[in-house]
Amino acid sequence: MCLAVPGKITKIFNENAEVDFGGVIRETSLTLVPSAKKGDYVLVHAGFAIQMLSERDAMETLKLFKEMESK
Amino acid sequence: MSDYTSKFDFSNNAAANNILKEIKASLSNIGRLVSFMEVCGTHTMAISKSGLRRMFPDKLKLLSGPGCPVCVTSAGDIDNIISLSSQRDTIITTFGDMLKVRGSEKSLEECRIDGADVRVVYSPMDSLKIAKDNPSKRIVFLGVGFETTTPTIAATVLEAKKSKIDNFLVYPLFKLVPPALELILTNPELKIDGFILPGHVSTIIGESPYKFVAKKHKIPGVITGFEPLDILYCVKLLLSQIEKNEPKIQNEYGRSVQPKGNEIAIKITDTVFEPEDAKWRAIGMIPKSGLGFREEFQHFDAKKHFKIKDVDLPEPKGCICGEVLIGKAIPPQCKVFGKRCTPSTPVGPCMVSSEGTCAAWYYYS
Repeated sequence: MCLAVPGKITKIFNENAEVDFGGVIRETSLTLVPSAKKGDYVLVHAGFAIQMLSERDAMETLKLFKEMESK
Repeated sequence: MSDYTSKFDFSNNAAANNILKEIKASLSNIGRLVSFMEVCGTHTMAISKSGLRRMFPDKLKLLSGPGCPVCVTSAGDIDNIISLSSQRDTIITTFGDMLKVRGSEKSLEECRIDGADVRVVYSPMDSLKIAKDNPSKRIVFLGVGFETTTPTIAATVLEAKKSKIDNFLVYPLFKLVPPALELILTNPELKIDGFILPGHVSTIIGESPYKFVAKKHKIPGVITGFEPLDILYCVKLLLSQIEKNEPKIQNEYGRSVQPKGNEIAIKITDTVFEPEDAKWRAIGMIPKSGLGFREEFQHFDAKKHFKIKDVDLPEPKGCICGEVLIGKAIPPQCKVFGKRCTPSTPVGPCMVSSEGTCAAWYYYS
């Protein structure tokens, strides 16, 4: 029920955006993340972007897991 | 596979093996049975699907809590909605998960087969479009969900107000996660040593609403993502907090969860809704654990519009969903699980929803 899917904004028009989920494009409301821009990754739930996904934080988590490889 | 998923691949077998080794060492240091609970249906599915439960030593128990909003919708509300679906000029719109949940006699899906106009939508905004396209009908959207979903419905209500669409109604069935945690922590029959906290609910509400878990109850909690490695790492962090006897709320899912959550979403929700007591199926009333419409938005409230009264209904015979929902029992302990109760013939709510605990155990354990 709380499933949310990451996608990339490819186009913005008014309060909505076109978001690309690996080839599937869906119209998505940006009402809850109005500062999102073209090219940003957003987390989408029930037709609304609910957060911008931080690439920096994602890289940090990947780095942390990478470090765990050699422990 | 989305661009994001291929760019950020969180699978890493070598890391998983090392984290598992650390988990085993911590459990051996702690030297007793440790029980962690997840309170998110998406975690329930991720844990079952990935086989994580089988990888852990016997001394670690992973329990599922009331993390599926469809499962905790009361049977009385389902009956009320079913009766609404037979009203003239009324269209029921809902997320797909609600279709198969049974009230005392039937489900919305069966009503649809009998001719009721019940439509599945992807977004509450789709429901608003149906209202706009059908001005002579009343559209009742089933407002089911936790904090992840409520801002999307609040934003839709604001849009309905702005666009002066007056045939759009919402049947409020919203539930809040922190009051459910409080209920679990104050139940003397339950002994939970830590919480795997929900990643997407926290994306909206942030870290602070969970502080009471560590501060008042001295229980650790980790906000967690949905990759198997996220969950493994969360278990390691929870065990480490127990070893050090330093309970706190940690955020493992920083790529989505900001400390303050999504403040715009919180503000939009607060504009339209306010906390109210709510009935959780098979659990009962939990104070301030739901959301109702604020005074100025009451004309969107389907329960008020149709003057609907709350009804109490007994749970189906033989079903122990009430105990499963709070982690007091696991599905195989139920006499009807896997026999009379299966995903195609569900008896209780936890078998109905695709994210219900019984469905997860049935499919993957």
